[in-house]
Amino acid sequence: MPLSTQSDQGDGQYVLVASLDNVRNLSNILKAIAFKDHALFNATPNGLKVTVEDSKCLQANAFIQSEIFQEFTIQEDSVSFQVNLTVLLDCLTIFGGSTVPGVTTALRLCYNGYGYPLKLFLEEGGVVTVCKINTQEPEEPIDFEFCSTNVTNKVILQSDSLREAFSELDMTSEVLQITMSPSQPYFRLSTFGNSGNAHYDYPKDSDMMELFQCTKTQTNRYKMSLLKPSTKALALSCKVSVRTDSQGFLSLQYLVRNDDGQICFVEYYCCPDEDVEEE
Amino acid sequence: MRFRAKILDVGCLNSFTRVVNTISKLTKTCTLRLTADNLYFMLSDKVANGGVSMWCELDQGNFFDEFQMEGVASDANEIYLELVPENLSRALRTAQNAKSLKAKLTKKHCPCLTLAAELPSLSSVSRVVTHDIPVDVIPRKLWHDFREPTVPDFDVSIYLPPLKTMKNVIDRMKNLSNFLVLEANRSGQMNLKIETDLVSVSTHFRDLGNPPCDGGSQGASQDLETMAQARVDIKKLQQFLSSQQVNPSKAMCNIVDKKMVHFVWLHENASLQYFIPAMA
Repeated sequence: MPLSTQSDQGDGQYVLVASLDNVRNLSNILKAIAFKDHALFNATPNGLKVTVEDSKCLQANAFIQSEIFQEFTIQEDSVSFQVNLTVLLDCLTIFGGSTVPGVTTALRLCYNGYGYPLKLFLEEGGVVTVCKINTQEPEEPIDFEFCSTNVTNKVILQSDSLREAFSELDMTSEVLQITMSPSQPYFRLSTFGNSGNAHYDYPKDSDMMELFQCTKTQTNRYKMSLLKPSTKALALSCKVSVRTDSQGFLSLQYLVRNDDGQICFVEYYCCPDEDVEEE
Repeated sequence: MRFRAKILDVGCLNSFTRVVNTISKLTKTCTLRLTADNLYFMLSDKVANGGVSMWCELDQGNFFDEFQMEGVASDANEIYLELVPENLSRALRTAQNAKSLKAKLTKKHCPCLTLAAELPSLSSVSRVVTHDIPVDVIPRKLWHDFREPTVPDFDVSIYLPPLKTMKNVIDRMKNLSNFLVLEANRSGQMNLKIETDLVSVSTHFRDLGNPPCDGGSQGASQDLETMAQARVDIKKLQQFLSSQQVNPSKAMCNIVDKKMVHFVWLHENASLQYFIPAMA
């Protein structure tokens, strides 16, 4: 390992040690959920889950499985801490986050446990950076109680097609209305802006539609301002699963492929804006 | 008082443009000093503005094909002008493909540095773009404000790492803090450090090499490992690093412990010195 700077204490004292040869595998996926400063980290032997929330209405989770890391050692069943995500991202990209092939930043992340700072050792081209980020009291994340048995409608799309639609959305509209239905119009995005209403329809037999499982016609509105951060995840992803449950809660799951071709997931939950009369 | 100069070579024009662009990124106004052999761009900022100072020296022979000047008096054959480097940089932008560039000190409604660029044209009629850049002539009694800065009696002198790496690191650190501690020792190590309530970050460079010391205060008594350090305004440092458009052939940094940082950039045909005072 190129990391030569080691703290004086042995790894044995850390409750969590994680190493990556390419820090972009972590920083890129964290950028997809970076819309608020506070991020809750929860590490288990399966990997790392990072949660960011806004206004108790929106929650984003990024999952980085332990296999993504070259080393992932955890001494307890579950380790949680909260840090400032903006600061963390600045630290992770301290060498500029170069995309030049062959130039990667290696990372070693260590955590001593409750009350200790999160330590990062980064190395690129023989230059070493040591960061100590103060951790905060972890807050309990909201449980959206979104479970797969409760899913009313589900579609899986190629991200390209949704990216195109999102880039053309009328941002003057306060809400984005999503209609999912087993019959026409199948999957529809609607905006109600200053210059009129717009609808984007996806036929269910489109090449872009990988899976179409709609059992019931459902129309829900979501605040545009809440959905906007999810476009960061959309930009990175190759597939996206759009699901709604019986109460109209929206789940967006993004499948993200990293530099090494491994797969990670980012997930957004969003509350519906208001109830629309159902047919 | 007269000044008239001409550049014919595109290469020279380009390198002169690069120097001016660098200066314009560093300061809003500066002083241009003309002597028979050299051009100097100078800045000595007031302490209230951060106290940064700059000294850029160009050998006129490396840039100009013709260079005639007559100073204010025979015993003071120099001209001092105050100008906005951005104006000069903008004028040079239109002269990018010029066949020739003439510079002249003129008296229009106010004293001006007039640049006339002859642009390539398809017909026999030549196209000339003229820029009048207003300047203030600095009277002789104020010249003493612009003495060449004496190289400080530094504690450590060290070669800088690749500027791109250093710039990346400092760009991120700027997001996290307003101040940065730059420290280095005489065994080729340099550290950049910040510390705030939220985070502490330190970047360690090794094997940078120290320029051969020519005496000074750094006597043999001083330990090679001892760090000399200075706490500086990150914005000033970042501004300086991002002003550089080409990698200098030599870049070094001198630190006077707890007093100031002195950067020296050596290019093929120009040299730039930059002083950032340390803060308590």
